[in-house]
Amino acid sequence: MTGEVCVVAETLRGEVTELTYTMLAAGRQLANGLKTRLSAFLIGHQVERMTASLGAADRVVCVDDPALVEFNPQAYLHVVAEIFGRHTPRVGLFGHTATGTDIACGVAQRLGAPIAVSCRTFTTEGGEPHYSSLICGGKIIAEGPLPGPCCIATVMTGGYKAEQGKVVKAAPVESLPAPEGLDALRTRFKRYIEPPAGDVDITKQAIIVSVGRGIQNKDNLAMAEELAKALGGVVSGSRPVIDQGWLPTTRLVGKSGKQVKPKVYLALGISGAPEHAEGMRDAEMIVAINRDEKAPIYGFAHVGAAVDVLEFVPVLTDKIKHIHCA
Amino acid sequence: MIERINFWGIPHGVHLLGYVVPISCAVVLIWRLGARARLWWKVGRPERRWDHIGLRLRRVAKYAIAQVKVLRQRFPGFAHVAIAWGFFVFFLGTALATIDADLVRFLRGPVYLGFKVLLDVFTALALVGILLAAYRRFLQRPERLTLTRAFSFSLGLVFVVVLSGLLTESLRLAAVAKDPMLQPGWTPSLAWWTPAGWVTAQIWLASGLSSAAIDQLHLAMWLGHVALVGLLFVVIPIGPLLHVLTAPLNVFFSPIDRPIGRAAPAAATDGGGAGTLRAFTWAQLMQGDACTECGRCQDACPAYGAGQPLSPKKLVLAIKDSLAPTAKSMAGNGMPAFVGGVVEDPTAWACTTCRACATECPVLIEHVDLILDMRRFLLAQQRADNQLTGALSNLRRYGNSFGKSDKQRAKWTTGLDFKIKDIRKQPARTLWFVGDYASYNPALTEATMAAARVFQRAGVDFALLYDAERNAGNDVRRSGEEGLFELLVQKNSVAMNKCEFQEIVTTDPHTYNTLKNEYPWNGRAVQILHYSELLDRAIREGTLPIRRKLGCTVTYHDPCYLGRYNNVYDAPRRVLEAIGCRVVEMPRNRDRALCCGAGGGRIWMDEGQIKERPSESRVREAAGLDGVQIFVVACPKDLTMYRDAVKTAGLEGTIVVKDLIELVEEATREENAVAPIEAATTSA
Amino acid sequence: MDIIVLVKFVPDLVEDLEIDAQSGLLDRSFLRLIPNELDEHALEEALLLKERHGGTVTVITVDTGDVDESLYTAAAKGVDRLIKITGEGFDQGVTNQALAVIFQSVMGDMAFDLILTGTQAVDDLDGFVGAMLAERMGLPYVGYVTRVEAENGTMVARKEYPGGLNADIEVRQPAVLGIQAAEKPPRYVVTSKVMEAMRSATIDEIEAPETPIGGSLPVSRMSVPETGAHAEMIEGTLEQIAEAVANRLREQGILA
Repeated sequence: MTGEVCVVAETLRGEVTELTYTMLAAGRQLANGLKTRLSAFLIGHQVERMTASLGAADRVVCVDDPALVEFNPQAYLHVVAEIFGRHTPRVGLFGHTATGTDIACGVAQRLGAPIAVSCRTFTTEGGEPHYSSLICGGKIIAEGPLPGPCCIATVMTGGYKAEQGKVVKAAPVESLPAPEGLDALRTRFKRYIEPPAGDVDITKQAIIVSVGRGIQNKDNLAMAEELAKALGGVVSGSRPVIDQGWLPTTRLVGKSGKQVKPKVYLALGISGAPEHAEGMRDAEMIVAINRDEKAPIYGFAHVGAAVDVLEFVPVLTDKIKHIHCA
Repeated sequence: MIERINFWGIPHGVHLLGYVVPISCAVVLIWRLGARARLWWKVGRPERRWDHIGLRLRRVAKYAIAQVKVLRQRFPGFAHVAIAWGFFVFFLGTALATIDADLVRFLRGPVYLGFKVLLDVFTALALVGILLAAYRRFLQRPERLTLTRAFSFSLGLVFVVVLSGLLTESLRLAAVAKDPMLQPGWTPSLAWWTPAGWVTAQIWLASGLSSAAIDQLHLAMWLGHVALVGLLFVVIPIGPLLHVLTAPLNVFFSPIDRPIGRAAPAAATDGGGAGTLRAFTWAQLMQGDACTECGRCQDACPAYGAGQPLSPKKLVLAIKDSLAPTAKSMAGNGMPAFVGGVVEDPTAWACTTCRACATECPVLIEHVDLILDMRRFLLAQQRADNQLTGALSNLRRYGNSFGKSDKQRAKWTTGLDFKIKDIRKQPARTLWFVGDYASYNPALTEATMAAARVFQRAGVDFALLYDAERNAGNDVRRSGEEGLFELLVQKNSVAMNKCEFQEIVTTDPHTYNTLKNEYPWNGRAVQILHYSELLDRAIREGTLPIRRKLGCTVTYHDPCYLGRYNNVYDAPRRVLEAIGCRVVEMPRNRDRALCCGAGGGRIWMDEGQIKERPSESRVREAAGLDGVQIFVVACPKDLTMYRDAVKTAGLEGTIVVKDLIELVEEATREENAVAPIEAATTSA
Repeated sequence: MDIIVLVKFVPDLVEDLEIDAQSGLLDRSFLRLIPNELDEHALEEALLLKERHGGTVTVITVDTGDVDESLYTAAAKGVDRLIKITGEGFDQGVTNQALAVIFQSVMGDMAFDLILTGTQAVDDLDGFVGAMLAERMGLPYVGYVTRVEAENGTMVARKEYPGGLNADIEVRQPAVLGIQAAEKPPRYVVTSKVMEAMRSATIDEIEAPETPIGGSLPVSRMSVPETGAHAEMIEGTLEQIAEAVANRLREQGILA
């Protein structure tokens, strides 16, 4: 792994997540540009069956230990830091997630390496890797080099298609022993708390009407519900809406919520910040209504109108209803 | 010459009861009243309300004697006034009689006759009033009245007191009629100076009772009357009749030191606000005892009408009910919580501060001040809903409730084809203080721009504060955030003090109210105008050319902060007439207008449980008027609230909501000018 | 329980963000700086823990300019100690790496059970402050925490996963937790209490030590993404826009 590009695979409950494939696609691009190999690093317990899907990498390195069966921040950090310490990669890629970011920064700190977060895409220029990150709610792109001898980066969705990282080919698997010290840790996984049994599984819906801060208050939710009903779809929301308690967490779309790929996603009063975009940018058609013409959502929506949500939605609902009656 | 005979027909010695009973019972009355009043001072904060005695006495004459507010409702008003004035006259009559008996004789001849007819007519009126009141209480049974036994007893007691007085006099007249020597100078022709008494006397005269029997009956009736009067005295301070004493007191002590548009200052205790009764002033506590439970405040309250947990009447009575328990527990340290205990949090938050309650209240209770004190407490305790605190956070950080940058405040001006002056750089006669809603709400931009065009057409020399303008603070104060209000006042004042202007105009009545009544101008002569006043002036002075008469039939909704708070009712109506609109009044007009429900920070709060929105009730009221096509408003919040209400009430196509400025804009537009693009919501 | 809350100030996204032509980086001259929203959640969680278990809450921030009002607001909410770290050039912005070093040096001899800070901030680029600080101080770190509870002598942090899933992670203090959301939205404290705090509370000022900050991430340029470049923007009256949207929906096969 030394001097290579290494993707620390993201897993959840024994499954490799979609983001890992995006990371592999990014890693492949970097590895090609740097003329080096791409390794996938897999941590967990009884991981053999997960290795099969990581074919985009040149090889898969595993550390398998019962103490690693569920994500434990200190344990995972310790393993990665130890392994990277002995076999330092040129670029270490982590997922920009609750699990990836917990350990990426610690690993970078321990290696004395710089770290770039929220990376979308990478390039190589003159044999040096470069990052491009989306920050400030998606309003600013920051770019720069990833200096050697080692640099860490966390990867967000959107820069590469997950398909690019899914290769049907078995990569050779190597096992490394778990480092010492996994029994003397100060964090311990206790239990999962399952999400509440939801009314609706929004990931299975073809039509989603989603509301953001732009609806201003709970009372205006009704107009979104009406539009959803007229279209035969359901209502979802971005983080601020769920945090306020206007919709249950089962309706949250975004990084911390559900990832949805409906036929139509109507984003009402949603700015399109990366955390939300992660949950819906793969929708077939995104219609964005946001008063602010500069809202980041217009950067990846298909259709948009810079009008006031509260004024427009009733007009649209009316139109839909008339079409259905006609 | 006829003259009054003191204690006619009462044996000497027995007549002393006529002094002993009323005086001793009056002592009990005063003692009981004092015991109650002592609680106000024991529990309540101090407050100075003994100044301007002359003005206060004049107010007592107007509200407690002439009872002008009671008469706002004709039928019950008449009944009450008949009873009350009856008793004023009885009291006066007794005083005159006592002077005549014990000091100087003057009740003789025409003076005596005048005295008699006055007493007699008012006796009859009082009885009529009582019967009408009984009809109202026992047959009509309106919801707003408290129909308990205590009230029925009081009415009954008052009835028998007056009746016994009438009967006593009628018996005397019957006796004198049979033997005129019993009152020298009396002739049957004088009988009609006591018409009610004389008519009643016919009963006795026709009954065939002997003179001796009539004498005895008279004595018995007199004793009965005296006893009943004594009973009345001792009962007044402990029942519904307490208002007879406390209402005039409440009127006397009612606040006169500030315009009604200026909220009472916060108490200095712990960020202000009332958690227990101890934080109210003694005068506020007295209100609980002055309340007559008439319920007019409740009937007028938009929150109550919407099914929300606020009844102004119940709130005031809660003070009355909690006073004694609070006083009792003051020795220990466990005073009962008022708000959060007897009164629940949502009650305090449901109020729109529209003042319909205080405007109706016959005894001048200030309900809104109570609500404000409670809100100040609740907010300091962090017991407010997140939407409100979110809006307040935005106001604190950005100076507007929308959470938008203060630099965007004048973005609406980009739609105009002319540039408005910046008052920070150039002087102007008129500063236009635009306000949050008119500036930031996208649905209102059209109306704001219309105002700009109209001002220009009227040749007004006007300018804006642009980014330096902040929310004026009216509703921030009424939400209970006194500190933030002061901060906003300071920021706006600092900005305005650097600028040169003579008057301020605003399209927002809330802004108007606080600038006019609460901002410290420190002697600077600044006139504050609502735009309807400015237009009214311009039309009168001929500086605003009206190019066409609109010829439509409209109804006009009086905004709470323009009408009830600041008495501006006619200027907008004159403007409407000047532009050729025929104004048809809604049943609830002028100071009876029904609040749209947005005031007092309500527009920033969670709507809560609603049975029927006041705004929907209002547009239905307007739609019920024959031929009225347009519902005219003069406040940006009214504009958004009523446009929404027309939609949710399903009245689109029946009635359309327009701001006065939009109509004036139409009426003053140049010939052949292109109409500005109308938002889809203003479909005519 | 003694808790330290680390707050950093970030650009307010309500304002337009512009790039400075000379430096190629964010133009900081007209930026409004506000406390990181997640740091406010961290403060709220700290105050909730104090209410439940007693102890003290200390807020530490770096003086990037105009931070006093926020500190006094924190005091009004119930924070016991306010610390402001001053240093040259801080008003030009401080990287997260530098913050980790600075915070560590200042907290060196403080006693605490927990350090709470927002998991992330909108302008994060060179890492997350909390995670890096934890590693520097040899403390365990859990991020994306939405609830903290004391259970049998240790802390249990509820960690948020995608899709509404949560996990309870036991953490032995002292530890650093990255807060994603407090159990309740950050409380609102009335302005009069803030004014009161301005009169009565004191802010301890500590000079930042000179420490070499290695491993920093270079930024060669910043830019504003081309917005609207992707979306087909529809103009006109609301009616016309609704018509156009309905047509597009029909093309997608949504409407009959």
